Amino acid sequence: MARIGVFVCWCGSNIAATVDVKEVAKEAAKMSGVVLSTDYQYMCSEIGQNLLRNAIKKEKLDRVVVAACSPRMHEVTFRKAAELAGLNPYLVEIANIREHCSWVHKNKDEATEKAIALVRAAVAKVTLNQELIPGEIGIEKRALVIGGGIAGIQTALDIADAGYMVDVIEKTPSIGGKMAQIDKTFPTLDCSACILTPKMVDASMHPNINLHTYSEVEKVSGYVGNFEVTINKKARSVIIEKCSGCGVCIEKCPSRKTKSEFEEGLVNRKAIYTPFPQAVPNVPVIDREACIKFKTGKCGICKKVCTAEAIDFEQEDTKIIQKYGAIVVSTGYDLIDLAKFGEYAYGEDPDVITSLEFERITNAAGPTAGKLLRPSNNEKPEKVVFIQCVGSRDKTCRGKTYCSKICCMYTAKHAMLIKEKYPDIEVHVFYIDVRTPGKNFDEFQRRAVEEYGVNYIKGMVGKVFPDGDKLRVYGVDALSGDTIEIDADLVVLAAATKAKEDAEELGRKLSISTDTNNFFTEAHPKLRPVETHSAGIYLAGACQGPKDIPETVAQASAAASKAIILLSKSKLINNPCVAKVDETICCGCLECTNICPYEAIASTIIEYRDHGKMIKKLVSEVNEALCQGCGGCTVTCRPGAIDLKGFSNKQILAEVDALCF
Amino acid sequence: MLLESKENLTIDKEEFKPLIVAFCCNWCSYAGADLAGTSRLNYPANIRIIKVPCSCRVNPNFVLRAFQNGADGVVIAGCHPGDCHYSTGNYFARRRLTLFTSLLNYIGIESERLKVDWISAAEANKFATVMNDVLEKVHKLGPNRKLRDVRWKR
Repeated sequence: MARIGVFVCWCGSNIAATVDVKEVAKEAAKMSGVVLSTDYQYMCSEIGQNLLRNAIKKEKLDRVVVAACSPRMHEVTFRKAAELAGLNPYLVEIANIREHCSWVHKNKDEATEKAIALVRAAVAKVTLNQELIPGEIGIEKRALVIGGGIAGIQTALDIADAGYMVDVIEKTPSIGGKMAQIDKTFPTLDCSACILTPKMVDASMHPNINLHTYSEVEKVSGYVGNFEVTINKKARSVIIEKCSGCGVCIEKCPSRKTKSEFEEGLVNRKAIYTPFPQAVPNVPVIDREACIKFKTGKCGICKKVCTAEAIDFEQEDTKIIQKYGAIVVSTGYDLIDLAKFGEYAYGEDPDVITSLEFERITNAAGPTAGKLLRPSNNEKPEKVVFIQCVGSRDKTCRGKTYCSKICCMYTAKHAMLIKEKYPDIEVHVFYIDVRTPGKNFDEFQRRAVEEYGVNYIKGMVGKVFPDGDKLRVYGVDALSGDTIEIDADLVVLAAATKAKEDAEELGRKLSISTDTNNFFTEAHPKLRPVETHSAGIYLAGACQGPKDIPETVAQASAAASKAIILLSKSKLINNPCVAKVDETICCGCLECTNICPYEAIASTIIEYRDHGKMIKKLVSEVNEALCQGCGGCTVTCRPGAIDLKGFSNKQILAEVDALCF
Repeated sequence: MLLESKENLTIDKEEFKPLIVAFCCNWCSYAGADLAGTSRLNYPANIRIIKVPCSCRVNPNFVLRAFQNGADGVVIAGCHPGDCHYSTGNYFARRRLTLFTSLLNYIGIESERLKVDWISAAEANKFATVMNDVLEKVHKLGPNRKLRDVRWKR
């Protein structure tokens, strides 16, 4: 027979004013198995906890019910107190008579009756509780960062500085990401490359960082502390260790028909190329789809000119399998496809460009060496029109409902950069609202208007009409109601940001969720902004939602510190309330394996003796380290062989019975 | 016996106090109920909450047991679709309980007695509203007799 102790808390007057605590304690004393029932003003106080501990020892209690506030509040407190008195913490149950009773009811009789029922349910449940011992799992002291933009670089540097090994996977041939394409950064107008490239070099030189460029995540298995990741290193066709980065191969390559991804398609690149001169690693890669050698078998000039003998046409994709304790996802963002926005004539007229293309044009290292020239005729424009919110805050299916967050600031920056270099160029900006929350952001935007004389027009553009050499921009000034017509030479579209195309696929591999816009979902929007619902996987940067550089770097360091906290632990303790299979009843249908969101259930073959014969049987087997304890499998199980520890069928039914008493 | 039960029926109608059992998932709805408490919202005392890790933990068997033991209504509340702490638990619950509701209809139990809803940890108001709604509906339907175990005394 169980020896249960019931402790009813007054919580000052929070409970005692609405619930007759003495009556509850008196009724509880009559319940089956209860040997001690008492009440106290503040059970969570030190005196209250001592009362509990002493009673466990003195009365030899083997189970405890505390009728107090929500278990979300003090379950841990009372379990710890019980553990100090030598009782297994999972033999403590809480009856929530504050949040679920005294605070929501006014009638004292009714509230007291309900409190008694809640205590009865807790007593019924705790009678069936069993000692649970959490398992321990080891941690692989190595982190993986997926995505080598500024978010990934910052995360990797922080984790590496803390003394842990970090692998960075980058899909493209070089790390650097979007920030490497940008000319200047707001609100300080310092050069993007000047602050990014040293970090890129730091990352490549750091003894604790391994860069896997031109690589992708193929498969992820395992769980927190023990992930196993298969990385596909695409064939570069250039041996990294041998290449000196002299660039002669690029110079001599005769294939020049492929649009440069880094230059946003404004110019062409060779088939053997580095995305940009400051690339890290500074080792070219052969684009096999464009390479004449791979297409026709004739050429191989690069191999002939390479004195380091680094070119290897036979190189194949290689797979690396590595274990990691923590994973940080920092895959970044893209701009939306503007094909659906026909009214702006993007793709139709070369002088209508996206903001990222503008970044390249205005960049000193870009195709025009920083001179503002129209892509159509390489002449200086006289009038430039910026259109904001192209696809942002757009409820129609062609756009995105959210604010892309960075466009107001970079448009102000672009306008300023033009005015700085060419004060004679007219600059007009069409906007819905100007949103500049951030340190020194509003001052920055106001400078564009007040000091540089950029003409801000509140209103949207209805149509951009290529007319001979010019672009006729038809818009409305929403404040005056006037229609506006501007004969522009260059139109820059602030296209909405969007999640990466393959975000959902990567999310599935990692079993982390994405929101309706395919951005990765954080565990809690306010209190756990860099964690995901999968333990040990963290988020950094714009893959979680649109972000500017300062925010991205802050989040990257936050994600790194979360990863470091995890890696610095010697052991992880897992939740012991996990599913358990009764092998004698299991029929081997394996329905449970289909429902498990964590792939925690596998099959195994057991052998047992029946009437002198050895019999083999297929049964399910739960991996306790993977199981998170949702209990979905228990309902699916046809013979009822799976049960959830801590929330067993019997326990819940006992609660139901007690509540319906 | 017959006469006696008829007498009981009339008494019940006068003093009918429905009993509602609510299964709330630990991560959203139980927290929503906590917030209803913290916000001092009011709902009737005949609602009794049982904590489960996830709405998918609720076996339809538990619901039947509650009805057998004298509950007049049952609520199952979980995280909103897409927000499940276990990523897909509430989808399984939704599918399972849709079927189960049809079964209740089929065997002649008013399906309004079972309410499946999604209540987030922030929706204290929704929690109170859902509870009040269910209670009102069950009040109109009267006591649950059909499934109640004849040996049950309440």
